[in-house]
Amino acid sequence: MSVANLSYRAVFSLVLKRDLTIAMRHKDDIINPLLFFVIVVTLFPLGIGPEAQTLSRIAPGIIWVAALLSTLLSLDRLFKSDHIDGSLEQMLLSPQPVFILVLAKIVAHWLITGLPLILIAPLLAVLLHLNEQSYEALILTLLLGTPVLSLLGAIGVALTVGIKKGGVLLSLLVLPLYIPVLIFATSAIDTAALGLPYSGQLAIIAALFFGSLTLAPFAVGAALKVSTN
Amino acid sequence: MQFDSLSAFIDMGGYGFYVWLSYGVATALLLILILSSITGHKKVIKNIAQRKQREDKLRQVRNQRQKQDKQLKSKLSEEVTE
Amino acid sequence: MWKWLHPYANPEVSYHFAGKLLPWLSALAVLFLSIGLVWALAFAPADYQQGDSFRIFYIHVPAASLSMGIYFGMAITAFTSLVWQFKLADASAAAMAPVGATFTAIALITGAAWGKPMWGTWWIWDARLTSELILLFLYLGVIALQSAFEDKNLAGKAAGILTLVGVINLPIIKYSVEWWNTLHQGSTVSKLGKPSMSVDMLWPFLFCFLGFILLVSVIICIRFRSEILARNSIRPWVRTLVSAHLTQEKTNAV
Repeated sequence: MSVANLSYRAVFSLVLKRDLTIAMRHKDDIINPLLFFVIVVTLFPLGIGPEAQTLSRIAPGIIWVAALLSTLLSLDRLFKSDHIDGSLEQMLLSPQPVFILVLAKIVAHWLITGLPLILIAPLLAVLLHLNEQSYEALILTLLLGTPVLSLLGAIGVALTVGIKKGGVLLSLLVLPLYIPVLIFATSAIDTAALGLPYSGQLAIIAALFFGSLTLAPFAVGAALKVSTN
Repeated sequence: MQFDSLSAFIDMGGYGFYVWLSYGVATALLLILILSSITGHKKVIKNIAQRKQREDKLRQVRNQRQKQDKQLKSKLSEEVTE
Repeated sequence: MWKWLHPYANPEVSYHFAGKLLPWLSALAVLFLSIGLVWALAFAPADYQQGDSFRIFYIHVPAASLSMGIYFGMAITAFTSLVWQFKLADASAAAMAPVGATFTAIALITGAAWGKPMWGTWWIWDARLTSELILLFLYLGVIALQSAFEDKNLAGKAAGILTLVGVINLPIIKYSVEWWNTLHQGSTVSKLGKPSMSVDMLWPFLFCFLGFILLVSVIICIRFRSEILARNSIRPWVRTLVSAHLTQEKTNAV
């Protein structure tokens, strides 16, 4: 079977497997953003004070802001190493649509950084005395929200991948775009703490997720073509 | 005219500080923007002129060298024919 | 139908066209702004509730609406540049970004100076203020991206993609901030409401607004011309133009 005849699904799983294998070989890429997430969250009680009431009041915000920052930290390696060793250009030159390749890479990124974040978040929520009614909302918003972070962040990385010192620039470009996710996620958790239904906020985050899922890969593809020029 | 005197105009019915602050900041920012645009335009022209001069100089040197080479060659060939 | 537009796709033609427009636009901008601002400061009546602090309105509102209008204009040029590979559009987008950022800053600062006597604080996390602040961040991101690339054409394309992503996000951000605000804060802010403005307030406002629009076009023209020159610096017409400019300067100096 020649490369040109690969089905979209085969291409997707090939790229996904490749990225996951690479990540498994460099385990610190997975562990470091996670450690960063944990440390940032533990810094807040030290800075604000240990009162359980204050902490549980601001816990959703802290967890979500820390999640934003650690996603931002891990974004850099989404395209960087591929750009340096030239495999990114090979991918763009391949007959397969860029959309699929990019989507596979973003999914891999989310599996590597977003999923561990979701798994460890309840633990940190305990440390911050998060309201017990909010755990479900926390997990659900993270589940729907972190893919949005990966998708939007990928646009920023794709734009800055060709620039030598793109790190600070990346945060400047991407963080304003993260604001809606942050607002709706924290408000969903707050609403859940009051025992009210939060399905509205969740629906909006889901809308953001599907919107960015359909549009972001195109923007990433266009940006990569500019960057690898 | 809404104001009886200059001091009333400056006082702005007690809001003088805020009104003049916003007008002052707006004017200052716009002036900075305009001036930087104009100097930027001049700088672009100057940069291009400098690059042009450099290239002209290089071309001159190259031409001279070519001429010298030609003269040398012709001299050599003359010597050989002699 | 679009044939008359074609010559302006040529950088040289647009450069000279912008140059020809410039003195007219500047004269009109000075005229309208001086009439409008003097009218606004000295002759317009004070608001019956807000007194003379209302005079900030005459620069705050034009600046705020221009800050959004310029971003929208940038998005349109970015779109044309990406779809039709139209290089001059990149130049105009690059010319617009700093102007838009300046107007956003003006809107924020005048808003704060208006808020202090009206609401009692310089800053509140009001929906409009917050989304204006985020708009400033978006502008700064575009400018930073433009200056990060050495190749101006690449910079234009990258900034164009970012602008388009931003313009899709802008309504979402605005909506989310509004929603967040009503949730977290309650409507403590007594909104000005939209009373139909009296005629003796409307006219100076229109003069100021038009004056600011003209001023924006003047600055964009100046920046657009330098962007064109910088992007076409190897072209012969730029070379002859520059040397003509230099000889003229020399004769002036003598």
